[in-house]
Amino acid sequence: MSALHLDAEALYGELLAAVRALVQPGSVLVGIWRGGAWLAERLHRDLQLAGEHGVITSALHRDDFSSRGLAASADPTRLPFEVEGRHIVLVDDVLHTGRTIRAVINELYDFGRPASVALVVLVDRGGRELPICAACSAARVTLPAGQRLRLARAADGRFSFEIR
Amino acid sequence: MLARNNPQLNRHDELIHLLSIEGLPQAVLHHILDTAGTFLSVNEREVKKVPLLRGKSVFNLFFENSTRTRTTFEIAAKRLSADVINLDIARSSTAKGESLLDTIANLSAMHADMFVVRHGESGAPYLIAQHCAPHVHVVNAGDGRHAHPTQGLLDMYTIRHYKRDFRNLTVAVVGDIVHSRVARSDIHALTTLGVPEIRAVGPKTLVPGDLKEMGVRVCHDMAEGIRDADVIIMLRLQNERMSGAMLPSAGEFFKTYGLTLEKLALAKPDAIVMHPGPINRGVEIDSAVADGEQSVILPQVTFGIAVRMAVMSIIAGNTP
Repeated sequence: MSALHLDAEALYGELLAAVRALVQPGSVLVGIWRGGAWLAERLHRDLQLAGEHGVITSALHRDDFSSRGLAASADPTRLPFEVEGRHIVLVDDVLHTGRTIRAVINELYDFGRPASVALVVLVDRGGRELPICAACSAARVTLPAGQRLRLARAADGRFSFEIR
Repeated sequence: MLARNNPQLNRHDELIHLLSIEGLPQAVLHHILDTAGTFLSVNEREVKKVPLLRGKSVFNLFFENSTRTRTTFEIAAKRLSADVINLDIARSSTAKGESLLDTIANLSAMHADMFVVRHGESGAPYLIAQHCAPHVHVVNAGDGRHAHPTQGLLDMYTIRHYKRDFRNLTVAVVGDIVHSRVARSDIHALTTLGVPEIRAVGPKTLVPGDLKEMGVRVCHDMAEGIRDADVIIMLRLQNERMSGAMLPSAGEFFKTYGLTLEKLALAKPDAIVMHPGPINRGVEIDSAVADGEQSVILPQVTFGIAVRMAVMSIIAGNTP
């Protein structure tokens, strides 16, 4: 549909530099299932952060539950640390309407009251329907509303984008 | 429109009512068990509530008494943020002569979204599912001798939690099988999930012979029934059976089929002991077993809430 070319590996390098500047002592990365969880896992390793990173899913707080039902295959949220008082850095592959972020923040608050929540994304594709913005994004693109963009991870761990 | 004439599934094979485990595809059972795993962790959070059923009204219709099952459904619905209405139906409309379908029509006019039904007559939840409005979902919480699907599912969740894989297990169901809707639901679920050896253990008067046709091994000898089992599901011996001349006495039953540590030693060393509750100590199970290391009776209760949350949220998210 478009000749859009996104080099996910190059963008990851930019994201890594931005997140390095953003994290502070006591920060913890929480990846949004699924692409964001891959990113958080790799960022956590590359930044040599202490402890474990978290994984969070929007499934239980989605606002389209009544029309789409319960997602069949989301991993459950796993936050192996105290959320209360922490600086949380949410990581996602693509930021679009902002509805997933809203759901994920609600999910996060079910575990406690964080000191702060920031959002970093690989790609901001615009089209926001809620007042949400990322602290940093490695790329900004414009896509038609119906087009789907998401991260894929190869067996060797390299990232690419799927555009459909 | 109804897939293979199974009123529980829509045309995409998605669950819209839970009436019986019989006839449900393996994928649906696994989906429920996987989803229950998600909800199990919700029950350990600071905030034990998610908004999936916010604004929905769940009516608990218990035509037969059951404090425990009703309470776990109520907790499950409330943790999904639904409004829960408990109707002591046995003592109200029915007593005044109202028919089942008139009761349902009246409750539907109150904008119910889900009925959780316990009824003494087999098939009553099917009747309700067939006659309620299309957006209303029905969960069978036990009907006659027919089925108790959420108990069957929580039993499967418990087995999967401790044993991981169904495909190499020996499961013994022991006691009053002929009157037990739990046994029937368990056997259907175990079969669907691929358990290679299912045994029904008990006296001739309480174990129907036609179970063999379902691929179940019938054992009237307790030692044979539980030898090398991975899972032992004990059933409650209902006191009223004693008077019906089906059994000589509770003491006699305990001597032959009651699970003691001595008999349990015949099963695999890591075998788990389950019971749907309420337990009769000294009738079908000895206290040393019920309170022992191999007993998972209380975890079953905890898992039951997560499984009921999974069932309610899955059916509420699917449209007919």
